Amino acid sequence: MLTYLARRIAGMFVVMFLVATVVFVIARVVPGDPAAVMMGAAATADDIAALRARLGLDQPLPLQYVMFLKDVLTGNLGDSIFLNRPVAQALAERAELTFFLTLMSVSIAVAIGVPIGIISAVKRGTATDQGVIGLAMLAASLPSFWVGLTLIQYLAVELRWFPVAGYGPPDATLGERLRHLVLPAIALGLPNSALILRFTRTAMLDVLHEDYVRTARAKGLGQAVVVMKHALRNALIPILTVVGLTAAILIAGAIVTETVFGLPGVGNLIVSAVLRRDYPVIQGALLVVSGIYVLINLAVDLLYAVADPRVRY
Amino acid sequence: MMKSPTGLLIRRMFRRRLVLIAAVVLLAIIAVAVAAPWLAPYAPNKMDIINRLKGPAGNHWFGTDEFGRDVLSRVMHGAQLSLAVGGMVVVVACILGTLTGVIAGYAKRLDGPVMRLIDALMAFPDILLAIALMAALGPSLFNTVLALGVVYTPRVARVVRAATLVLRELQFVEAATALGARHARIIAIHILPNLVSPLIVQATFIFAYAILTEAALSFLGVGVPPTSPTWGNMIAGAQQYMRQADWLMLAPGGAIVLTVLALQIVGDGLRDALDPKLQKVL
Repeated sequence: MLTYLARRIAGMFVVMFLVATVVFVIARVVPGDPAAVMMGAAATADDIAALRARLGLDQPLPLQYVMFLKDVLTGNLGDSIFLNRPVAQALAERAELTFFLTLMSVSIAVAIGVPIGIISAVKRGTATDQGVIGLAMLAASLPSFWVGLTLIQYLAVELRWFPVAGYGPPDATLGERLRHLVLPAIALGLPNSALILRFTRTAMLDVLHEDYVRTARAKGLGQAVVVMKHALRNALIPILTVVGLTAAILIAGAIVTETVFGLPGVGNLIVSAVLRRDYPVIQGALLVVSGIYVLINLAVDLLYAVADPRVRY
Repeated sequence: MMKSPTGLLIRRMFRRRLVLIAAVVLLAIIAVAVAAPWLAPYAPNKMDIINRLKGPAGNHWFGTDEFGRDVLSRVMHGAQLSLAVGGMVVVVACILGTLTGVIAGYAKRLDGPVMRLIDALMAFPDILLAIALMAALGPSLFNTVLALGVVYTPRVARVVRAATLVLRELQFVEAATALGARHARIIAIHILPNLVSPLIVQATFIFAYAILTEAALSFLGVGVPPTSPTWGNMIAGAQQYMRQADWLMLAPGGAIVLTVLALQIVGDGLRDALDPKLQKVL
């Protein structure tokens, strides 16, 4: 187990090193001078030169790369051009909202996807199964921002069940804040429940044919016990994988959803950074979000052993 | 009469009625997109300020927007752009992905480095990588295609690499090698043609994802410039008038959902028809 863990963590560092390199390259493929792009048309040559010096863009490219990697390793993500604060601080200030939003939307996606996936597998080939598959495909075809706008229009504006946008006043309680996240979490979770549903269905179909399931039925156990205890436990690994994958996808999906609902989270920070060409923020956010993405994948792999005692590393 | 491999494939694919319906819907959408200049009742940018923000009615089936432009005509013309972007993304991703995938699968020594790079690209969530690339390249139609093409390259590369690894060991490749065929010839004549079926399936799904992601990019204001009426741009524009005119949002959104849904069903059907064994794996 320890050897496996060490190998996986070493592998993660290799991927993160490559991720950092890709981030570095992306920020340097900007046509023309990034400093000039960031400062806008009104900037003087002196302003641009000063920014170039501040960002180290006047150094030779290999040196820039080494400096960049050194900064990344020491956790220094640089300073935002427009927010006048370190990128790490800007990200940390907005992390809470994005964390809760992701958590809520994963919960919604799991709450829809897993039970319906199980039912669909148990009732394989019936009209219920066909209908569920159709609905899952429909859900997967929904653009989350469009679902968000539709929810705002009907549930917030017309029925007034939920707040239209934002994260509540500065002194809002946690409960109030979470209420602001209900619609965004549905908009984000609903389209992504489809993936969980389909994986749950496939994983359950695989195990429902196994001998031990037949044995359990032969012993006279009820359908519920057979499905939930004997089958589901063994289908957990693929389900766990897809839940982890969905969590990672949803963090990125939050970028769009936060914009729709005017939520001041990490996603919103990224979009405004892109619109203002605040490259240090874009770089930092890319590194942090992809780092979390890689970490979630690692965590899922390690959870396998918990879900299935047969797995030994 | 349906004895050719293509005929068999088509028959197997359309055995499920849903796939047939989806294929017909998809063809209809493509036909509408191509014929939009002739089919659309109005010019997409024709303004009629007196009739602005009018709800769906006999002369404007999907209503009019804030400038009195006919929403139906704009959705039809938007189909042209949205489908064109999706199609071009598929071409870019398939070319880049096949190139890297074949190199990784065929040349053992390059497999490690190339696949690590692909892993690194896959460590970014799709939309985030697309946004970052658009931030670097600047918003334009061409850059949107390029950025999304790069984003979806790893998917193609992985599938192509896996298929190439299998093909490389097969007897006909061994025979060609024994006959003294050069690598370029083996790849062109023996490997590439056998990659077509997995590629077609991937292409259909990438087409669907590309339409969704392009719409999201345009909605955020970092994709195709707002002057071009893609479906994403239409929804972004409708946001402001949502309370007075919800039809502005429903029509382009419905068009996206219908197209993506049809593509996914056709993709599923193709996958099942081309390789029933893959059904559970992918």
